[in-house]
Amino acid sequence: MTKSNWQEKLNEKLFLISALISIILVFSITLFIFIKGVPAIKEIGLKSFILGAKWKPGNGQYGILPMILGSIYVTIGACIIGVPIGVFTAIYLSEMANKKVVDFLRKVVELLAGIPSVVFGFFGLVTIVPIIDKIFGGGGNSLLASSIILGIMILPTIISISEASMRSVPKEYKEGALALGSTHLDSIFKVILPSASSGIFASIVLALGRAIGETMAIILVSGNTPLIPHSAFDRVRTLTSNIAIEMGYAYGLHQESLFATGVILFVFIMLINGVFIAFSRKVGEANDR
Amino acid sequence: MNSKIIVDNLNFYYGNMKVLNSIDISFYENSITALIGPSGCGKTSFLRILNRLNDTVSNVKVEGNIVLDGTDIYKDMDPITLRKKVGMVFQKPNPFPMSIYDNVAYGPRVHGIKKKNELNEIVERSLKSAFLWDEVKDRLNKSALSLSGGQQQRLCIARALAVEPKVILMDEPTSALDPIATSKIEDLITTLKENYTVIIVTHSMQQAARISDYTAFFLLGKLVEHEKTKYIFESPRDKRTKDYITGMFG
Repeated sequence: MTKSNWQEKLNEKLFLISALISIILVFSITLFIFIKGVPAIKEIGLKSFILGAKWKPGNGQYGILPMILGSIYVTIGACIIGVPIGVFTAIYLSEMANKKVVDFLRKVVELLAGIPSVVFGFFGLVTIVPIIDKIFGGGGNSLLASSIILGIMILPTIISISEASMRSVPKEYKEGALALGSTHLDSIFKVILPSASSGIFASIVLALGRAIGETMAIILVSGNTPLIPHSAFDRVRTLTSNIAIEMGYAYGLHQESLFATGVILFVFIMLINGVFIAFSRKVGEANDR
Repeated sequence: MNSKIIVDNLNFYYGNMKVLNSIDISFYENSITALIGPSGCGKTSFLRILNRLNDTVSNVKVEGNIVLDGTDIYKDMDPITLRKKVGMVFQKPNPFPMSIYDNVAYGPRVHGIKKKNELNEIVERSLKSAFLWDEVKDRLNKSALSLSGGQQQRLCIARALAVEPKVILMDEPTSALDPIATSKIEDLITTLKENYTVIIVTHSMQQAARISDYTAFFLLGKLVEHEKTKYIFESPRDKRTKDYITGMFG
């Protein structure tokens, strides 16, 4: 074996090992969460765990339905706020703005993506929460405040992926639409947007994953009360904040039930990822045609 | 012979580069005019001036007058109205990624036609005029991308016809197609002149000779010769035209 050949082999192994590390990590994290969490689910009972409306570890009540609903509501709220703004920004960037504005806006969006989540939470705490309190009362820590903050946090994901997918729509589609006497807006909404819809959908699913997993910002603005919210102004606790808030002092079944909360969160994220993978596959097939 | 479009002293610039230099030409109603010339001579730019598709490109400038049915298309008409009257078929078939039906109905829909039976009628009529109806009538709801290249191009022609234009611009419409699909499209184009004025850019001398009534030869941004196709191919006045059509350069 020549020296260069030997080096080649070594390099290859090095890359393989690096790749293996992330695979091993994913599997061991999964395994760990399930080993720590499943016994608690067994002891509490799956039904009373995920459908129980009362979370009072002191009383031995471990129902995480409020947190499941909290996570779902907050995520849906974030989408209602973030998706239109994000998609419209992407349309503006890919179809309307001139190059200078695009370069500037892209940098701003990248900056937005780089802001630590605790800063978003702090920002929400000193601006959005007081505003909501002033207008609607009730303290301001709420489902609405959480949705707004998360809606802002998912913007970079939606904007950058949606913009890329709209830019990848062949120029010929747009010209074809214009040549038929379409207005610019018609060509965007009736041809470009539908052609880019799978990429836009993928960006929304990724954003969902980010929203449901967000913790720190949510803790600061949500109020964290483990009760099922009945309005957008109610305090709310999500699956992630449930774990983060109580893990520090929990022990025994209480601690295990927090790991079990993690199992449920994990299942949610797996579902979202599954949808994402199914979609990217569909997109791939459509592009191959 | 009535002039449908009259181009008077047209200059066209990309930035500082003069792409077209004082072009004077008329296109006659119910006739097919072929624009020929080597790559880069400005014939495609010229075509895209006629439906103002160059408006979408930044840094271009158009000087001179282009008059369609008595109205100046740059000074007295907005691009939407113009493009309704002047349809275009592109080099590469570009059906939208939607159903065959929706492709043809796209134009009428953006121009405000909503009634289902009216749309059905337009779609059927347009597909028939494009010689495509019999091949697709049973699968109008299938994706347009499932059609063959030649069928896609005929679909694009049907899509253009559905808007009921007066003029149809074609930018090398058969260059991406095989000979059989090409001859179908050529047959189709020759029937179109009964109702439309057709202007077609082509790189194929044979195609220009086969289907066009008039031929215009462009070279380096100038219109060298514009005559009945017969004369251009049998007895060109300009030596450069003769050299080009006999394959001396290009």
